[in-house]
Amino acid sequence: MQYNVPVLSELVAEGKTPDVVFWVGCAGSFDQRAQRVTVAFTKILNRLQINFAVLGTEEACTGDPARRAGNEFVFQMLAQQNIAALNNYGVKKIVTTCPHCFNTLKNEYPALGGNYEVVHHSTYLQQLINEGKLKVEGGTFKGKKITYHDSCYLGRANDIYEAPRAVIEALDADLVEIKKCKTNGLCCGAGGGQMFKEDEPGKKRINIERTEQLMEVNPDVIAVACPFCNTMITDGVKNENKQDTIKVVDIAELIAQANSY
Amino acid sequence: MSFLTIIQILLFITLVGASFFVAFRKFKEIYDNINMGKPEQIDTTLGFRLKSMFLIAFGQKKMFKLTFATQIELIEIFIDGLTGKHRILYHAFEGSFLESLYVFVINFIEILSLLTFIVTIIFILRRTTFKVARFQMPELKGWPWRDALNILAFELTLITFIFMMNSGDSALHMKEHGEGYGFILSGFLGNMISSFPNGLLHFIEKTGWWGHLCMVMVFLVYLPYSKHLHILLAFPNTFFTRPEPKGEMRNMTAIEHEVKSMLDPSFVVPATDGEIKFGAKDVYDLSWKSLLDAYSCTECGRCTAACPANQTGKKLSPRKIMMDTRDRMEDISKGKKEHGPDFADNRNLLGDYVTKEELRACTTCNACVEECPVNISPLNIILELRRNMIMDEADSPAEWNTIFANMENNQAPWQFSPDDRLKWTEELN
Ligand code: SF4
Ligand code: SF4
Repeated sequence: MQYNVPVLSELVAEGKTPDVVFWVGCAGSFDQRAQRVTVAFTKILNRLQINFAVLGTEEACTGDPARRAGNEFVFQMLAQQNIAALNNYGVKKIVTTCPHCFNTLKNEYPALGGNYEVVHHSTYLQQLINEGKLKVEGGTFKGKKITYHDSCYLGRANDIYEAPRAVIEALDADLVEIKKCKTNGLCCGAGGGQMFKEDEPGKKRINIERTEQLMEVNPDVIAVACPFCNTMITDGVKNENKQDTIKVVDIAELIAQANSY
Repeated sequence: MSFLTIIQILLFITLVGASFFVAFRKFKEIYDNINMGKPEQIDTTLGFRLKSMFLIAFGQKKMFKLTFATQIELIEIFIDGLTGKHRILYHAFEGSFLESLYVFVINFIEILSLLTFIVTIIFILRRTTFKVARFQMPELKGWPWRDALNILAFELTLITFIFMMNSGDSALHMKEHGEGYGFILSGFLGNMISSFPNGLLHFIEKTGWWGHLCMVMVFLVYLPYSKHLHILLAFPNTFFTRPEPKGEMRNMTAIEHEVKSMLDPSFVVPATDGEIKFGAKDVYDLSWKSLLDAYSCTECGRCTAACPANQTGKKLSPRKIMMDTRDRMEDISKGKKEHGPDFADNRNLLGDYVTKEELRACTTCNACVEECPVNISPLNIILELRRNMIMDEADSPAEWNTIFANMENNQAPWQFSPDDRLKWTEELN
């Protein structure tokens, strides 16, 4: 199948409006690992013939890392620029694979005049499964032990705990929870601008601590729903030399793999 | 009314009046301290507020039962004290259905008191002997530590007095009427001492009564100085719970307008914005809600136990952030008392109390906010201080300066050209 990525400005020029804008995010656009998640999610959108578009070069960082690091100026510059673009095209609905983009677009843009229906891809995929539009082939993951690492910006920040789990359960795999999950989940160590700097002095890196907790249930797969968690836990698994036996995989990739997209 | 009774009543009124006066002064000071903060609008309906308060403050069920039962008891002590009589409520209720209700309440208090007595001893052991990690952190050295033990000691003394009072009284009642009031525990104790001479029983009973009253008053005066203030402040604090999702950071309107005027020269910055404040350097720059948070903190340390930075050995402890904020307010109000209302020292919450290393360590994961039993947000204070550290003091780690520059120039935290935003599509087919 030939996969397409419609760009919003081109669609609009042709007089078309997409049902949903896929917000790719900086990690999804530039980070090699996260790019594979973007690709997987795009394939799903294509296969289901969803009328979507991306902003392409008109998308800028939401500003989340700057705001949380304390630099409101940089945040405001990016946010206002994005809102101008989105409002200009009359965007109504946005789906994103990044919980940080999701949180900022959904909770913080309205104060600046950016009002959209924003969904994270975990919720989006869950809805597609529930509506019967997305059928997931059992098989690939049958009998495999999958554990899920809660992203702080999805879980505690926005109370989304069930959607990613529902997506994993559709795989016919064995979802095992670790002790510190859901509201008690430990951060991967990336939030609040930490992704871009060294840890402060301490005994241990946070991602190592979290990876150890996740490995306690001996999973075959650690499922994630955030590009930053993905990087952090992947590093953690490498640090324990377990990269051959434990895969760190985004929920969109799980679906794409199960359905051999 | 005998001379002795009048003396007793006068003594009672003086004691209670003085205690209330002293306690009120301190409460007023705390109220003023909280008002040092900046205004913050909390947009919630009365229904939401009451719901938050009932869910959280009364959700600590133990506390609710305790408050209810002790109130009935305190009312009696007050009426007794003002009239110089004893067991006023019992005698008033005697014979009616209220009598059994009264006996039930006293039994309830006694059983709860016994349980509290046992639990208090366990708490003391937990803090001194078993060394539970949450209670051993550096920020608890000194006053907080003594404070916690003082309260536990108060509780033991108070309960001892309650039992002295009730058993002495029960023993006397038994002697007079051939049977007790029907109090299970003190009836049992009273039975054991019923062979004591009446004078001694009266002495035990009176000592218990006055001791009990004194402990309550001491507690009232001590309370505003203690971390146990949270027992009261939990109510207003949960009443004013912020409604936003935990992930949302408050907009800085002045900076929004400033940037807007940069992007669009025709935009006029409203005069009402005033001078731009970069987050918080000191308690004056925090919202009153954050200051109320600081006074409501129980120092239980659940936040710190859940904090990923703290768990991995970093300096950050959200509990310490709350304690530092309160200490700063107390230091300012002490300074004002000594040197007048214009008092200023060259100190700030940022730097002199909370270090930058602590602020840099936070991942904004909201674990502390989630854990707090009384809806406190240490994260809010951390982020306001961080804003000041970065924008006012321009003191940010080199790696952050790099991402700020990249975001400004390339619209992404990494140094990639914005034109390459669609490069990933090459891997699609
Ligand atoms: S938000 Fe910050 S202070 Fe609170 S638990 Fe997470 S890392 Fe610790
Ligand atoms: S969890 Fe809440 S009450 Fe307990 S120490 Fe932390 S901020 Fe204070």
